[in-house]
Amino acid sequence: MTTPIDVLYKKKLQAIDRIYNKTYFSDKIIYVGMASCEIAAGSKEIMEIFKDAVKKGTIMTYVTQRGCVGLCSVEPTVDIVEKGKMSVRYINVNAEVAKKIIEEHLKKGQIVKEHAYFGAKEKSIVICQGAFCLNSENQRIIEAFKENIENNNLKDKVEICFSGCLGMCNEGPIVIVYPDNIAYTKLKAEDVKLIVERHLIEGKPVEELNILKNGKPRFIKVFGTIDKFYKQKRIVLRNCGLIDPENIDEYLAVRGYESLAKVLTYMTPQQVIEEVKKSGLRGRGGAGYPTGIKWELTAKESSDEKFVICNADEGDPGAFMDRSTIEGDPHSIIEGMIIGGYAIGSNKGIIYIRAEYPLAVERLNIALEQAKKEGFLGENILGSGFSFDIEIRLGAGAFVCGEETALIHSIEGHRGMPRPRPPYPSVKGLFDKPTLVNNVETWANIPVIIISGSEWFSEIGTKRSKGTKVFALAGKVKNTGLIEVPMGTTLREIVYEIGGGILNDKKFKAVQTGGPSGGCLAEEHLDTPVDYESLVSAGSIMGSGGMIVIDEESCMVAVAKFFLEFTQDESCGKCTPCREGTKRMLEILTRIVEGKGQEGDIEKLERLGDMIKKASLCGLGQSAPNPVLSTIKNFREEYEEHIKNKKCRARFCTNLLTYEITDNCTGCTACKKVCPVEAISGSPKQKHLINQQICIKCGACWRVCRFNAISRS
Amino acid sequence: MENLDSVDLEKMKILKDYLKNFKDKPRVESNLITILHKVQDIFGYLDRSALEEVAETIQVPTSHIWGVATFYHYFKLKKPGKHIISVCLGTACYIKGADEIIAKLKEELKTDVGGVSPDGLFSLEEARCLGACSLAPVVMIDGKVYGNLTPQSVTQIIKEYKSKHK
Repeated sequence: MTTPIDVLYKKKLQAIDRIYNKTYFSDKIIYVGMASCEIAAGSKEIMEIFKDAVKKGTIMTYVTQRGCVGLCSVEPTVDIVEKGKMSVRYINVNAEVAKKIIEEHLKKGQIVKEHAYFGAKEKSIVICQGAFCLNSENQRIIEAFKENIENNNLKDKVEICFSGCLGMCNEGPIVIVYPDNIAYTKLKAEDVKLIVERHLIEGKPVEELNILKNGKPRFIKVFGTIDKFYKQKRIVLRNCGLIDPENIDEYLAVRGYESLAKVLTYMTPQQVIEEVKKSGLRGRGGAGYPTGIKWELTAKESSDEKFVICNADEGDPGAFMDRSTIEGDPHSIIEGMIIGGYAIGSNKGIIYIRAEYPLAVERLNIALEQAKKEGFLGENILGSGFSFDIEIRLGAGAFVCGEETALIHSIEGHRGMPRPRPPYPSVKGLFDKPTLVNNVETWANIPVIIISGSEWFSEIGTKRSKGTKVFALAGKVKNTGLIEVPMGTTLREIVYEIGGGILNDKKFKAVQTGGPSGGCLAEEHLDTPVDYESLVSAGSIMGSGGMIVIDEESCMVAVAKFFLEFTQDESCGKCTPCREGTKRMLEILTRIVEGKGQEGDIEKLERLGDMIKKASLCGLGQSAPNPVLSTIKNFREEYEEHIKNKKCRARFCTNLLTYEITDNCTGCTACKKVCPVEAISGSPKQKHLINQQICIKCGACWRVCRFNAISRS
Repeated sequence: MENLDSVDLEKMKILKDYLKNFKDKPRVESNLITILHKVQDIFGYLDRSALEEVAETIQVPTSHIWGVATFYHYFKLKKPGKHIISVCLGTACYIKGADEIIAKLKEELKTDVGGVSPDGLFSLEEARCLGACSLAPVVMIDGKVYGNLTPQSVTQIIKEYKSKHK
C-alpha cells in the first residue's frame, strides 16, 4: 500500500527534477530579493534588468525571486547561486550595479567585489544551518572555526557562511569548503582545527575525515555570514530568503510537507498533540500560552465542526515578522495549519490577514492554489482519508482584531470587538464552534518540531521558553532587519552584536519590545535574557516581536504618548476602563509634553494605568498602560524634568524648546521667509532676531538655516 | 441610484456580478468584510448606494453594514483623491521623523489628514505601519513605497505627481 510518505517522496523527486530542468541550460540561478521591503528599496527594477538580459539573450541564466533574508539596511540584495561554486550575494544593488553584475560576473565570471557581501574571499567555509542540523555539535563547530580562523589570522582570506538545509540531514553536521567544493560530513568540532591547519592553510584536504569530493555539483544557497548570524538560529525563517516563495517545488526540495506526510502516515492526532506539548512551544503572538495545551483543549471538545485559524493580523506598529515569514515561506504556515487541523479533528482553516499586506496575501493565494493542486489541501490528503481546506479572510485595519475573540467576530462579519473569556475559543469560537487560534510564527514552528522531534526543539532556549523568537529589529540601530534568536539571548547581544550598535554611534537609551502592549527597557536591562518571564519581570513583554531601539535623541515621555495615542485610538470602546481611561491618560501625557504638566501627574498616571490594567476586558486594555508605566518606572527623571523644569533633554518636545539666533547669522533672510508666524525680524546681511512671544516653535527656521546659526535648547 | 453616472453604473454592474457568488451561500453574512473590500476595490471607497445593494443581497440591515464599515480604519467613506498618500506613523517612522513628513505634506497639499487636496488629486492618510521599518520614514503613494524621506524629498515627489496631471 502506498502511504502518504511514499506519495510525498515521489512528489519531492518530481519537484527536484523540475527545478533542475528549469536550470538545464544554465549553471547559475539569480535570486532577487522580493519581499515588500526589498521591493520598496527598488528590487522590482533590478529584477527587470536581469530578466531583460535573459530575454535579449545576453545571459543564459535562470532568474527567480526569494523572500526576506533580514538584511533590511542593505537592500536590495541579489544572490548568484552557481552549481558547485560558492554563492555570491550582492548588496545595495541599483540599476548600475545590476548591469555591472551582468557584464562582469555573469558574462566573464569576475565577481564585482565592491558590492559583494559574501562569496568574494579567497576561501569560504559554508556550514549547514538548516533547521534540522541545528544542534549543540553544530554550534561547537561554528565556534571552533571562528576561533581557529581568528587564531591563524585568516580573517581577511576566509569567510564563515551559513547555508539553508542542504537536504542531506543524515550526513550532518556538514561543512563545505569553497572554491574547492569539498564537503566534510558527520563532522566533529575537534576535527575543525585540522581542517583549518591543513586544508585552509596548506591547501590539502583532510582525507582521513568523512569527505565528499567530486560529487555532483549542486546549488548551495547561503543566507548569511558569521558576523550577523553567529547569535541567530533560523527555525521559523529556515526557508526565508532561500527559496522562491511562489514555487512549491523549492519548498518540497527542502523537506517541505514531509512533516505532514509523517503525521498522516505514522502518528495519531493524540501523538501529534503530545509531541507539540512536549516541545514546550508557547504561543508566539505575545501572551505565551502553551501551544500543545491549546491544541489538547480544542481536540477534547466534540463537535460536528471545528476551525483552525491563523492569526496574521500583525497590527503592532514596528513589527513585520509575520509579513516577512508569509512572504518568504508561505507553505510552512499552511503545512503547520493542516497538521493542526489533523490533530484537533478539524477540516477547515482560515487565515486572517491584514489587508495592508497585499504581497503576503498574493503569495498565500498562490501557495494555497499550489498546495491544492499537489494534493496537500482538499479531499483525502495524500491518500490518507483526511481532508482539510484553507480560506483567506482579510482584516480591515483594526489593531484589536489581533485579540482572538475580536478576530473571530471580525471573521463572522461583525465589528471586531472582544468578549469576556471563558468560554475560550477552544470551547466556543468561530460560529460558536471549537476553534484553534495560533499566530503565524507558532504555525511555522510546527513542521520543524514534527520532523526533528520535541526533544530536539526543547533543547533550544531556556527552561520555560523553548525554541527561538523572531524579532523585527528597527529604530536607531545600525543593522535593522529581521532576526531570529534562541530564547535566552540577551537584549545586549541583539542590539550590539546582531544589530551592530546604535546608529551614528549615539548613546543607547532604551529598547522597546512588545509594541503598544509592551514597555521600554533601559540600559540596566540590557542583560535581560529574551524569554517570556524575564521580559515581564523587567517591565515589558515578549509581544509578537517588534523591537525598536531608541537613542538619546528620543524623548521617552513622547514615546509613551505615541503608543498611548495608538491604543487610545484603537480601543474598540466596549469597556469603560480602556475607552475612558486611555483617553484621560493621554490628556495628562499631552499636557506634560506641552510643558503644562502639573505636580502629581506622574502619580495620577500610575494610578490610572494600574486601574486600566486590572479592569479592562481584553488584552488591548490590559496592556495599554504598559508603555507609560514602564517609562515612568525606568525613566522617571525625564517625566519629572518635563513637569518641574519644563525641559526635554532629548530636545524632542517642541513646546519645551527655545530657538535663538546666534552670531553665526549672515542675514541671508532664509529663516525670515520661512517663519509661518512672522516671528523673525532683521534686515538682509544683518543678524536676525526671533520674537519669543510670537514663536510657535515649529523649527522651520532651524531646518532651513544653512549657517548653523540657530540654537535649539 | 438615479444620480449615478455611466461610470458608476458600470461599477455597479461589476459589483452585482460579484455579489452573485454569495447568493444562497451558507453563513453569507460572515462574508461582509470580504464584500466591503470588493466594494472599495471597485469604487475606491464605500459608496452608499453600493452598500445598499450589498445589504439587499446578503440580507443584512444597512445599519449593521455601516456599523462594521465605520469600525475599521481600512474602509473609506468619502470619495478619495486620484492619488492616495499614506504616511506611515509606525514606531520606527515616528522615531525617525514622520511628524515632519506629515507636516510638510499637509502644507503642500493644503489638507488635513483624512482629507482630499482642493485640486482633488491627493488623499492624505495615516498608516499604522507599512512594515518597511528599515526604510523609515516612509510614505506610500498608490501602493508604491518611498523610503528614507526628508521634508525636501517629499516636496519633490509631490511635484512629480502633480506634473503628471498638467
